[in-house]
Amino acid sequence: MLDLIWLLPTFPLLGFLVLVLTAGKLPKPIVALIGAGSVGASFLLAALIAFQFANGGEDHYVREVWTWMAVGDFRSGFSFYLDGLSMVMMLIITGIGFLIHLYATGYMADDPGYSRFFSYMNLFVAAMLMLVLGDNLVLLYLGWEGVGLCSYLLIGFWYTNPENGYAARKAFVVTRVGDTSMAIGLFLLFAQLGTLNIQDMLSAAETEWAVGSGFAIAASLLLLGGAVGKSAQLPLQTWLPDAMAGPTPISALIHAATMVTAGVYLIARTHVLFELAPDVQMLVAWIGLITLLMAGFTALTQSDIKRVLAYSTVSQIGYMFLGLGVGAWSAAIFHLMTHAFFKALLFLASGTVILSLHHEQDIFKMGNLRKKLPVSFLSFLIGSLALTAFPFTSGYFSKDEILLGALALEGVGTWLWLGGVLGAFFTGIYTFRLFFLVFFGESRGHEPDKEVGGWHMNGPLYLLMVGALLAGFLHLPLEAVFNHGEAFEEHHVSALVHGFMIASPLIGIGVSYLFYMSGSLSVAGLMGNPLSRLLHRFWHSGWGMDWLYDRLFVFPFLWLARINRADLIDRCYGVLVELSRAGNELLVRTQTGYLRWYALSVVGGLVLIVSLGVLL
Amino acid sequence: MESIPYEHGLILASILFSLGLIGVLTRRNIVFVLMSLEIMLNASGLAFIVAAARWGHAEGQIMFLMILTLAAAEVAVGLGLIIQMYRRFQTVDINVLSEMKG
Repeated sequence: MLDLIWLLPTFPLLGFLVLVLTAGKLPKPIVALIGAGSVGASFLLAALIAFQFANGGEDHYVREVWTWMAVGDFRSGFSFYLDGLSMVMMLIITGIGFLIHLYATGYMADDPGYSRFFSYMNLFVAAMLMLVLGDNLVLLYLGWEGVGLCSYLLIGFWYTNPENGYAARKAFVVTRVGDTSMAIGLFLLFAQLGTLNIQDMLSAAETEWAVGSGFAIAASLLLLGGAVGKSAQLPLQTWLPDAMAGPTPISALIHAATMVTAGVYLIARTHVLFELAPDVQMLVAWIGLITLLMAGFTALTQSDIKRVLAYSTVSQIGYMFLGLGVGAWSAAIFHLMTHAFFKALLFLASGTVILSLHHEQDIFKMGNLRKKLPVSFLSFLIGSLALTAFPFTSGYFSKDEILLGALALEGVGTWLWLGGVLGAFFTGIYTFRLFFLVFFGESRGHEPDKEVGGWHMNGPLYLLMVGALLAGFLHLPLEAVFNHGEAFEEHHVSALVHGFMIASPLIGIGVSYLFYMSGSLSVAGLMGNPLSRLLHRFWHSGWGMDWLYDRLFVFPFLWLARINRADLIDRCYGVLVELSRAGNELLVRTQTGYLRWYALSVVGGLVLIVSLGVLL
Repeated sequence: MESIPYEHGLILASILFSLGLIGVLTRRNIVFVLMSLEIMLNASGLAFIVAAARWGHAEGQIMFLMILTLAAAEVAVGLGLIIQMYRRFQTVDINVLSEMKG
């Protein structure tokens, strides 16, 4: 069974090929069958493989399928590496991916681009599986760029609206910055260590590089650049909120559950490098902390249901980065898994809300929807509880582990922990602000006729609800990957610390209740203060990052493009054109059109050649 | 039998060739140009014959036979083209036909 691992990306890839080659000519039920079925088949196989692998008792399994390229000493192939980490990732991708595909068969039912949508989705799943299963960085990079491409295609899926095209290009260009850094990192690793096979590379790095050596710092910094781009962390986080222009299942699959966590996977996969560069690892933690706080504040001020969730995704990935940065590797992956469940649930439920309200996304035009949309209400309730780390939901366990990991760190650990707890407080506020505004209070405009759904839309929601509630009780087999086989270090902290961690999101929920439910605190009163209005505007714009980047990069570039309209380089080629034009004019004179002139030139040439032959 | 010195033959051939060439270069009527070309061809044929007689080889005569055939074919094609040209342009003046001017 294990040697069938190469079939995992092959199924969706075949689905993509079939859908792309038939170019939308297939009837919709067959498209749905191919689109969702191929991922479902992958999931079944992944489950069987995982079952066998978990019972096999081996640390890892490598399957080489074929050599992709071989140049000199360098060999890189389609070979798949299975260990606890990639097993968890492949189950998330195929499992949650399948549920989202199933949901999308209903969500996209009226869309003319049905077949195109599923072909991109399948290509995405194939690329994502390559990313997590590849045993060398080249294959990982192939998947990395593949998911980037699919993300671009799917954000701009409704391409007739220019704004969506702009958002797609923005996502592509911003992640490209990170990808370039990562590519340079790969070159550096290959130049220094002579291999791109991940395991060989890591053990070579461990033996050849001292802790804190220059190369280790450079390599891990460059890889971190790639990770922050893909995972929408500071300073490359600006693309993710705009990426919500895509269809909602895309936001659930690509921009919440899987692709944006690729950066977390990359860092976890190459964690040895980061351990060799403790300063960079500390930087990862700080990036995570600052991002999670910034995104939390921004989420407080958003009015678009999907943008709130997008900023909350950025914030939750910030938690994962925080976990990675403090060395709580498996806690970060744990949070990745639970986040995939509850954020996919929230996004899909918001998709149902949006569709039931005929594509209304403004939460201030919703309200009192809990009776009208019972399934979305339940989904949002469970998803929001898990997101705010309500005790004994999945998010509680994973966030707890990350924060305890931070606290266990000497020195700055306390500050990181405090920041994380503060972030959890804001998570409570913004999550339940959304929840109360959408499902309670008075109806503000939109009245749905009925909740859209059907078994293929509600089924995934129910399954994800179960996941969001119970995934925290799962035990991920990651000891072999991160601890070299040692058991986890249990963190023991006082009941006070624990109580504080449980309380902070609950206080946040309470604050949110006071503002948006009971009305004992009023937002309007708060907004009367000019300072808070200013802050609101500042946070609403995402801390002015877009404004800043426009001025730092976009406007200078446009300015350069404008003043260089008569391109300097073009001038050089212009000289070439002028020269050949002059030569042409010179030679045109010889073409008089008179026969005798041609005859004379033939004779002249002959005389010249013969006389030269005689003379020399 | 007193043989003609081959220099004479070659001089005659070159005179004929020059005449033909001058005809080609100066005539405006394309029929005359064609006739001048024939003269040039025959001049070169004469040169071959003279050279063959001088060296006592048969190749020169074979060459002349080939030139003869070539000339016949050339006249056939050339006259055909001239008739077409006349039909189309109502003229045989080659200076008028300078459409290929660059």
